[in-house]
Amino acid sequence: MAAEDQSQTSQSDLPYVLILKPPPSFVLFGDHFFHSPNFQYLKAYESPLPLPHFLHTHAQSVQALLSSGGAPVTADTIRLLPRLGLVVTTSQGLNHIDLSECRRRGIAVAGAGTIFSADCADSAVGLLIDVLRKISAANRYVKQGLWSSQGIYPLGYKLGGKHVGIVGLGSIGTEVAKRLEPFGCSISYNSRSKKPLVPYTFYPNVVELAANCDALIICCALTDETHHLISKEALLALGKDGVIINIARGPIIDEKELVHCLVKGEIRGAGLDVFEHEPDVPVELFALDNVVMSPHNAVFTRESFDDLCKLVVGNLEAFFSNEPLLTPVALDDLPHFSGRKD
Amino acid sequence: MESIGVLMACPMNPYLEQELDKRFTLHRFWKVPEKSTFLTTHCNSIRAVVGNASSGADAQMIEALPKLEIVASFSVGLDKIDLAKCKEKGIRVTNTPDVLTEDVADLAIGLMLAVLRKLCESDRYVRSGKWKKGSYMLTTKFTGKRVGIIGLGRIGMAIAKRAEAFSCPISYHSRTEKTETKYKYYPSVVELAANCDILVVACSLTEETRHIVNRKVIDALGAKGVLINIGRGPHVDEPELVSALVERRIGGAGLDVFEHEPEVPEELFGLDNVVLLPHVGSGTVETRKAMADLVLGNLEAHFMNKPLLTPVV
Repeated sequence: MAAEDQSQTSQSDLPYVLILKPPPSFVLFGDHFFHSPNFQYLKAYESPLPLPHFLHTHAQSVQALLSSGGAPVTADTIRLLPRLGLVVTTSQGLNHIDLSECRRRGIAVAGAGTIFSADCADSAVGLLIDVLRKISAANRYVKQGLWSSQGIYPLGYKLGGKHVGIVGLGSIGTEVAKRLEPFGCSISYNSRSKKPLVPYTFYPNVVELAANCDALIICCALTDETHHLISKEALLALGKDGVIINIARGPIIDEKELVHCLVKGEIRGAGLDVFEHEPDVPVELFALDNVVMSPHNAVFTRESFDDLCKLVVGNLEAFFSNEPLLTPVALDDLPHFSGRKD
Repeated sequence: MESIGVLMACPMNPYLEQELDKRFTLHRFWKVPEKSTFLTTHCNSIRAVVGNASSGADAQMIEALPKLEIVASFSVGLDKIDLAKCKEKGIRVTNTPDVLTEDVADLAIGLMLAVLRKLCESDRYVRSGKWKKGSYMLTTKFTGKRVGIIGLGRIGMAIAKRAEAFSCPISYHSRTEKTETKYKYYPSVVELAANCDILVVACSLTEETRHIVNRKVIDALGAKGVLINIGRGPHVDEPELVSALVERRIGGAGLDVFEHEPEVPEELFGLDNVVLLPHVGSGTVETRKAMADLVLGNLEAHFMNKPLLTPVV
């Protein structure tokens, strides 16, 4: 009797975590890695009901929501969930969540914390070395059998001694700076505000930063203020010997202008993990050897995935047992996010 | 100095060639159709040879040039020069150390990131249009991986310094233990390979280090291990490496050098965990100019009876 009671208690009494669309990690690795005996997932994407109807039906049972870049949490969604107390996101970025609305409603938000910082920084440095030293292009050259037939490969450019400008000196930007120092790079940055204890040169705006560096690395969040932050002006200031690396969000760079500058040789090259309209990539870039691209996978390592599973489950379990979240997002000093989709 | 004959072994750098042409009587060996006749004809005017990683001055060449005084190599590696013969005949030898240390170390780290994070494959993936169909690429984290360095000279130390910034624990094998460093020493390459995730060859090529990465070492490195070679092709038993990669007995490789450059084993072309480069370790505009200036500076110093800038012998 007792055993039966226990099993009947299991599913139906567990609190629900709503998922509008499966996060990339669910799709790639399987959602069983994110399971917990302490809660259950309510998958809106598996229901035949249209979303507003689905939300209305389950509105009273949903206290937590698991989000990712492709499943924005807008003010409208939030308003349909009166009992929502927590939004957990699997992504590094927060631009797909209406943080102001969360703050207004007293909904907590749990992010990725710093679990992805190392991988993002490694990507940025990898892309920078690749662009300057032509690693992907030269690898293609060798694998096409051209080394023996066409001979010496064109020279690349030295990384040592280059001035690197980091846009956004948060956790990721700091990790990038740390890695580039022993390469002999001098680091400068632009951020919302100057960081007092940091040994790097601060520039109050991105155009000045670009004018004074050989490589720009974008590490900031996408907000209303940083949309198209890297404009035509910034790209021209970066100049013909300049390289740009973006491991943050596509819309931070004016992509049309970037493509134009690359095609015309107004900048030396680019390393891009993100684009304005993923998975669409401007076809003009495919013809360029001085561009290295990746499919927004800067955080998709096995190791980060393991860390992510533990973190997501940990945050949700903490919430449901009224314990402090592992990686709460501070909602008091917010830049302006309008919950725009990635 | 225009009457001094300088023999340039092979094409290596247009700027260097130009400058040698201006200052000396330059003989471009690769353009000579009958090499032995040429040497007989010019043997009394050639006083210097400029070589590089592919072509230097072997015993035969040295014997053919009785007036040879100096071999200036456009490389730091000396494996293409018969050093013993040069010593015997009092021929000076110079190379280009230090100026290329950073570029080679940068490339080693670049190769580690490219292999583990599948940078080249990711780029190929995007260019192929496959991204539109969904899926992502799963890669291996670089930060924190154990890096094992064979040869802790200038280049090995520069690699260690860079890898440390990625929180990589560093270990090494060297002819002798370097007690002044804090890195972990392994008395054999097999032990080093067994205890690291990424094994990088950074020593010089000598009789002793030929095939220093052999089947035993490859086996010890294992299915998750990655080999990076920025030294010389003959450091690695290439056929053994190729079969290990094809059979997935090691995790991947980043190779800048090969046993018979520019020939590269074609079995490697289709492997997504292998990055192949055409010997570009020092291949930047800035460094090649610095190397050329060193070669020119050494030659000038020699012929003006001044101390050589970077003598080896």
